[in-house]
Amino acid sequence: MRLGTVLPIAIFAALAVALGVGLTLNPREIPSALIDKPVPEFDLPPVAGKPLGLASRDLKAGEVALVNVFASWCVACREEHPLLMELARTKRVAVHGLNYKDAPSDAQRWLAEWGDPYARAGADRSGRVGIDFGVYGVPETFVVDGHGRIVLKHIGPIMPADLETKILPAVAKARAQR
Amino acid sequence: MIPELGHYALVLALAVALAQSVIPLVGASRSLPSWIAVARPAAIAQFGFVAYAFIALMISYVISDFSVINVAENSHTQKPMLYKVTGLWGNHEGSLVLWVLMLAGFGAAVAVFGGNLPPTLRARVLAVQAAIGVGFYLFILLTSNPFARLLPPPLEGRGLNPLLQDPGLAFHPPFLYAGYVGFSMAFSFAVAALIEGRVDPAWARWVRPWTLAAWCALTVGIALGSWWAYYELGWGGWWFWDPVENASFMPWLLGTALLHTAIVVEKRDALKSWTILLALLTFALSLLGTFLVRSGVLTSVHAFATDPERGVFILAFLVLVVGSSLVLYAIRAPSLKTGGLFQPISREGALILNNLLLATACATVFVGTMYPLFLDAVAETKVSVGAPYFNATFGPLMVPLIATMAIGPLLPWKRGDLGGALGRLKIAFAVTAAVALATLYFAWGGPVLAVFGMALAAWLIVGAAVEFADRIRLGRAPAAESWRRALSLPRASWGMSIAHAGMGLVVMGIVATSAWEQERLLIMKPGDRAALAGYDVTFLGTETIRGPNYMAARGRYEVSRAGAFIARMEPEQRSYPTPPMQTSEAAIRPRPDADIYIAIGEPAESGGWATRLYHKPLVHWIWFGSFVMVAGGLVSLTDRRHRVGAPARQRARAPAPSAQAAE
Repeated sequence: MRLGTVLPIAIFAALAVALGVGLTLNPREIPSALIDKPVPEFDLPPVAGKPLGLASRDLKAGEVALVNVFASWCVACREEHPLLMELARTKRVAVHGLNYKDAPSDAQRWLAEWGDPYARAGADRSGRVGIDFGVYGVPETFVVDGHGRIVLKHIGPIMPADLETKILPAVAKARAQR
Repeated sequence: MIPELGHYALVLALAVALAQSVIPLVGASRSLPSWIAVARPAAIAQFGFVAYAFIALMISYVISDFSVINVAENSHTQKPMLYKVTGLWGNHEGSLVLWVLMLAGFGAAVAVFGGNLPPTLRARVLAVQAAIGVGFYLFILLTSNPFARLLPPPLEGRGLNPLLQDPGLAFHPPFLYAGYVGFSMAFSFAVAALIEGRVDPAWARWVRPWTLAAWCALTVGIALGSWWAYYELGWGGWWFWDPVENASFMPWLLGTALLHTAIVVEKRDALKSWTILLALLTFALSLLGTFLVRSGVLTSVHAFATDPERGVFILAFLVLVVGSSLVLYAIRAPSLKTGGLFQPISREGALILNNLLLATACATVFVGTMYPLFLDAVAETKVSVGAPYFNATFGPLMVPLIATMAIGPLLPWKRGDLGGALGRLKIAFAVTAAVALATLYFAWGGPVLAVFGMALAAWLIVGAAVEFADRIRLGRAPAAESWRRALSLPRASWGMSIAHAGMGLVVMGIVATSAWEQERLLIMKPGDRAALAGYDVTFLGTETIRGPNYMAARGRYEVSRAGAFIARMEPEQRSYPTPPMQTSEAAIRPRPDADIYIAIGEPAESGGWATRLYHKPLVHWIWFGSFVMVAGGLVSLTDRRHRVGAPARQRARAPAPSAQAAE
């Protein structure tokens, strides 16, 4: 055997190992630059038909809360919706909504049709606040401690496992630290 | 019942493939003719079963049988028939069925048309081909069953991603797969040759048409994909260096290298070990592309629904196929006899340079695509390597490649005369200088590199023409003599000249559109007028229209020049209800000199509409040139050497190649 003929298999072996390691990593876990940072300053009017809008001061009122970015045009949002409804019903944690780039009538109809889990819901029609939050795909969910600090960001629909292993533990930790 | 029969046919295909991968191999090594004879009927039977499964799935799509999960998730009754049919390969499971159909189809083609192959080589090739098939059948049956049922069946399907409901994309995957899978032939031939321990010019002559066919299909596939991205994604871009695009581009680069080095093996009996390695790696990259697209290790806009379990399977398969073939290579390659000697300045030398540059270019794309993954595996940081990296590394490698592409074909085999070759390119020098000056004149103040790029492309096109004229002695012999020579010139020579000129057209398109594109992003209200590259674009307003399975806002724009009406353009922003999604249909006025491209976006809160206007010089040359390249490949495929029965005659006058070189 000559070096030149063994080299390809050696390089391939290294590549295979890296691919194997790559498989164990979750491509969705892209770290947010905003973790441990305060939420951006904002003040949004309520989603049509709801009494309470959402502002950054609401997230500093001492209560740990989820901020769920949703939109009527988002299919995956429908997937996680029953879970949010369940959270709201059992009151395990407060859920606020950030309605991202949505027409008021659509958002209203959507909440009427699928249920409204949100204590407060701000209408971010221009997407400006979403951009400040670093949203790049809907749905996304942020866990905010009572002082307006983001402690966790979840990209994509919340699956039951995410709730139990990631989101609720982060909520519990934030509550303990308060 | 139909889906169950289809499923069963896949199981039968697996069983046949298992037999086909073992029996002929044993037969070939023990010289058992009856065992060797199993290969051909098995390959044909395997194809029959897969074709049955494919048709069964096709029927389920055509009649919208939503009790089949795959159909329910990817089709819809209101979808136009064309997209019901093409929806079959618009998803993971269905595309795998298309993949194995082609794999078995290539195998059957070798069985049917490979009558002139030595029986042991044919048996080994078909066995290796079947072994690849076994892996894919297991993958389908164990992790991705397209025939799984859904009870109770839903009343309506979930639809197909509307971005994929487009003729350009409907036919993009079949060509791409034909390319990927076609390289499996080169792979099977290489492994069979390593097992036999013999690589000779005859071997190269058998491998070349398969590689060429695969290369043509892959070129069409990539060009269609790029064209689709251009008019459908609404950004006016035609190449994004996206991991999935790179996954198809890497086998193309190495496949192109393989195409050229196989000529050296065929004509000069040299570079065997390298050619074998290229054949192995080209298919390895095709498999890697499959792995990247389906396993979720790299995030990308076009990746299919990703699933780690499938990733593990494909990775294991990749390790088995590529790993074992490379081990075989490490053991066997040193014993391959090296053939003809040659000087650095020669046709062989030029082809080696071509190979080095193409392989390096492939390596840079590979590094750029895989680096984020490596970094993630090692340091757990997520980065993404963007277009700037690729433009900075890939571009400079193409310059010497294109510069030598015009010279290489003028060099004779064994020993060449660079001065003589350059002397014959005098006309090319003159035309190149003229193009450079003309470009400077028309685009004064633009990027200097673009002038250089245009000159380089002109050099390549004229160089190809000069080489062709040289061969038919145009201008040095009477016209009738030149005509006779042109007719009797081997089709492979015609093919090369056409393909090289096509490459020159592609380069011109890329350079011109990158350097002189004009782009305007603005909010337009009805009645607004915007200037674009000497044209005036007036926004007249929008209307709402209803398509077969979507609603759309259609913008109406009028393009004029110096007050004279040029065109009415109507881009659309479509909303599909199932699945809910928005797509942009750009309005394009394609012309040989430049495209005008208008895309309409969201309505702005102030009442206007977000509008993107582009003026793209020569952009269609990119795809036109690609198809010229494919035409060159097809012409070369019709060369008599590749036709059935021809090699026997060719072998009788075996010394011919070196004699030809002396011309």
